[in-house]
Amino acid sequence: MSNHAVNIAHKHRDDIGARMGMWLFLFTELLLFGGLFLIYAVYRHEYIAQFRVAAMELNTTIGALNTIILLTSSLTVALSIAALQKGNRMLSILLLIMTNILAFAFMINKYFEWSSKIHHGIYPGSEHLLNLPNGQILFYGLYYIMTGLHGLHVIIGLVFLTTVLAFIITGSVNKDNYVKLENAGLYWHLVDLIWIFLFPLFYLIQ
Amino acid sequence: MANGTIAISEKSFFEEGTTKQASGILSWLLSTDHKRIGIMYLFAIAIFFFTGAILGVLMRLELIAPGRTIMDAQTYNTIFTLHGVIMIFLFIVPGIPAVFGNFFLPLQLGAKDVAFPRLNLLSFWIYLVGAILVLISLFVKGGPIDTGWTFYMPYSVRTTTNVSLAIFAAFVLGFSSILTGLNFVTTVHRLRAPGMTFFKMPLFVWSTYATAWIQIIATPVIGITILLVMLERYFGVGIFDPALGGDPILFQHMFWIYSHPAVYIMILPAMGVVSEIIPTFARRTIFGYRAIAMSSLAIAFIGYLVWAHHMFTSGMSDTAAIIFSFLTFLVALPSAIKVFNWVATLYKGSIDPQPPFLWVMNFIFLFTIGGLTGLVLGTLVTNIHVHDTYFVVAHFHYVMFGGTGTIFFAALYYWFPKMSGKMYNLKLAKINAALFFIAFNTLYFPKFILGYMGMPRRYYDYLPEFADLQLISTIGSWIMLLTIILIFYNFVSAMINGKKAEANPWGGVTLEWHIPSPPPLENFDEIPTVTHEPYDFSQLKTMKYIPKGESYE
Amino acid sequence: MQEKHSHENHNISYSKYLLVWVSLIAFTSITVTIAGIDLGDYTLAIALTIAAIKSALVINIFMHIKFEDPIFKVFLSISGFTLIVIFTLTFFDYFYR
Repeated sequence: MSNHAVNIAHKHRDDIGARMGMWLFLFTELLLFGGLFLIYAVYRHEYIAQFRVAAMELNTTIGALNTIILLTSSLTVALSIAALQKGNRMLSILLLIMTNILAFAFMINKYFEWSSKIHHGIYPGSEHLLNLPNGQILFYGLYYIMTGLHGLHVIIGLVFLTTVLAFIITGSVNKDNYVKLENAGLYWHLVDLIWIFLFPLFYLIQ
Repeated sequence: MANGTIAISEKSFFEEGTTKQASGILSWLLSTDHKRIGIMYLFAIAIFFFTGAILGVLMRLELIAPGRTIMDAQTYNTIFTLHGVIMIFLFIVPGIPAVFGNFFLPLQLGAKDVAFPRLNLLSFWIYLVGAILVLISLFVKGGPIDTGWTFYMPYSVRTTTNVSLAIFAAFVLGFSSILTGLNFVTTVHRLRAPGMTFFKMPLFVWSTYATAWIQIIATPVIGITILLVMLERYFGVGIFDPALGGDPILFQHMFWIYSHPAVYIMILPAMGVVSEIIPTFARRTIFGYRAIAMSSLAIAFIGYLVWAHHMFTSGMSDTAAIIFSFLTFLVALPSAIKVFNWVATLYKGSIDPQPPFLWVMNFIFLFTIGGLTGLVLGTLVTNIHVHDTYFVVAHFHYVMFGGTGTIFFAALYYWFPKMSGKMYNLKLAKINAALFFIAFNTLYFPKFILGYMGMPRRYYDYLPEFADLQLISTIGSWIMLLTIILIFYNFVSAMINGKKAEANPWGGVTLEWHIPSPPPLENFDEIPTVTHEPYDFSQLKTMKYIPKGESYE
Repeated sequence: MQEKHSHENHNISYSKYLLVWVSLIAFTSITVTIAGIDLGDYTLAIALTIAAIKSALVINIFMHIKFEDPIFKVFLSISGFTLIVIFTLTFFDYFYR
């Protein structure tokens, strides 16, 4: 009877179940951001003109550049899974490292973008911002919260990807057992998905 | 329900854990066994329930007479807030899913554990961390929170009490709830025993499944809302602050987008337990199985359409108020489907009035009153008269405590022998059911009248004309406290020196009654193959365990 | 249980992924270009439509929903539908206030 404890550790593996759990978790993330998008929609509806004025300050080029960086990182992580499936471990590792580099590039861009805004005195509670009309205060409030929360997810995704990278290197994630990499990939694509909507809503208002 | 032999293991899950090294208390705290986790939740939740109940009794004591009695007004504010926060976030929301869902969902599905056992343990730890944060928020600088459990803006930003930490605790608890939910959904989809189609699942599984979906889809919305309150307090972003253009009513929308579906997180599992207990004690298959199963999903869905009926007087548009009032009445349909089917199951059944059944009778009576008074609140014109009065307080205590709370006890009476392997004092349990009925109605019924007369909720003081009914209600709270203490006594003494329980004391037929009490670590030695409908009592003839002294033809 | 964790229909060629990526980048440049033109009320609608197309590509191909068990699609529509419900009902307040 004492080997019962061992038996439970060696239960059958269920990759579909693991991915199902991941997807369900992604829905919670979707609804989390959904709440923010709802708030955005309400205030954009109420302060449409002021949102336009405030959005002029945002740098469309940096936004577009970051969009391309994230889309490319989504590609590399998808390719990395495909590579591991085909048994090409080195290529998979390489592509995953590229994903990490792109994620870093995104965060560095974000850092410069935020610090230039803060340098101009635009941040929640700042004197300059408080002198602006209400709609602009809300626009920047939402800008910081939504891109900030997204940035937080980029960092979590980075940690997730790096952990799986370590697993591939040690071999516990491999050609026959790669659901962890798939799940990290799913999370990373979600980060990309959110940005696909954030980009036009903040950077492309005329 | 199942063919073949199941579960022959000499050791129960009490004697044998999943951890090889750890022993003693650690073998519980580090256990990934769904049964041990369920029992740990039970202990934690019982403690918080008792704490919340004591706070409620203190509030009632303060309200025994007009003017100051035992505490000042600010203390009263913090006590009703804590009563709400503890009872909602620490007792009712996790209550039935975390304790009985964890313990019985895998058993009723014929599985060895939930889909993600380690995640399950993590949920429990996150729950504990959240609970500890609530406790810490009482003692750190700023003092206990005084906003009411609804954290309404803009007061929750202005008050100097410790809102941020309490709110962060609610966020953490929400996270635990989400993880439990996604675990259960995956379990239901992936770990059903062979032959267990969706329409052969017991109804408790159905309702837990519907609940799990609400936990996944609704909880993130409150998560982001309360995060925004914290950001507001630290940075003054202005999202809900009217001074900066924000809209406090939007906070109410966001809050109730979660908190109304959360009401169904609280009540749906209870309805599932009722659907288990009634067929067992009526010795009859449930009437309208598919209708009950589908009505759980319908309730979960309609629960998303009605949140703004909490906001009729908030200043939102009249159009929205009319639409939400109309949609609110839709909830009555699936709820009524359930109640009618339960009653129809009892018709011509051979009823065996054991304690769990008596508690279910309490439930049907109290929940019906709660449900019908909900229609008064859902109607726009009458709502304006009784909004934010004791009428609301009475209504939700009838639904939540009379509904979910009662069923929490019913479930405990029904499944305690299976969980512990011990039998409690049946006579005391029956007396308790009757006492609870008296206590409950003495405590809460006067509040309907008080509310109708115009007594506002959350007030520290009141006019002399309310004094008699307030006194009656306070006396009710003492009987209630006595009842709760007796219930605790009954279970604790059963654990210490109760008789050994049979494997199937009530003659139930769902899968958990096919295995010994308490169950062995892996539940089933061999995963059963399901061939019967869930409430097919003809299988009692061939079951391994049937209650003594009963014969079935 | 063996068939449960095999992935025969999961193998997508590298070139297909690259093709999806190229279209994503193309849609991004389209949306940036269009944003420069003044289209009045249609600006938001067009930007969101393009974003929806892009996310459909990501979800279907990159995230493999197209090749998953059908229940995953049901799940996805449940959460999408919930979002639509929440938005619609909230705006019954803000449109008519």
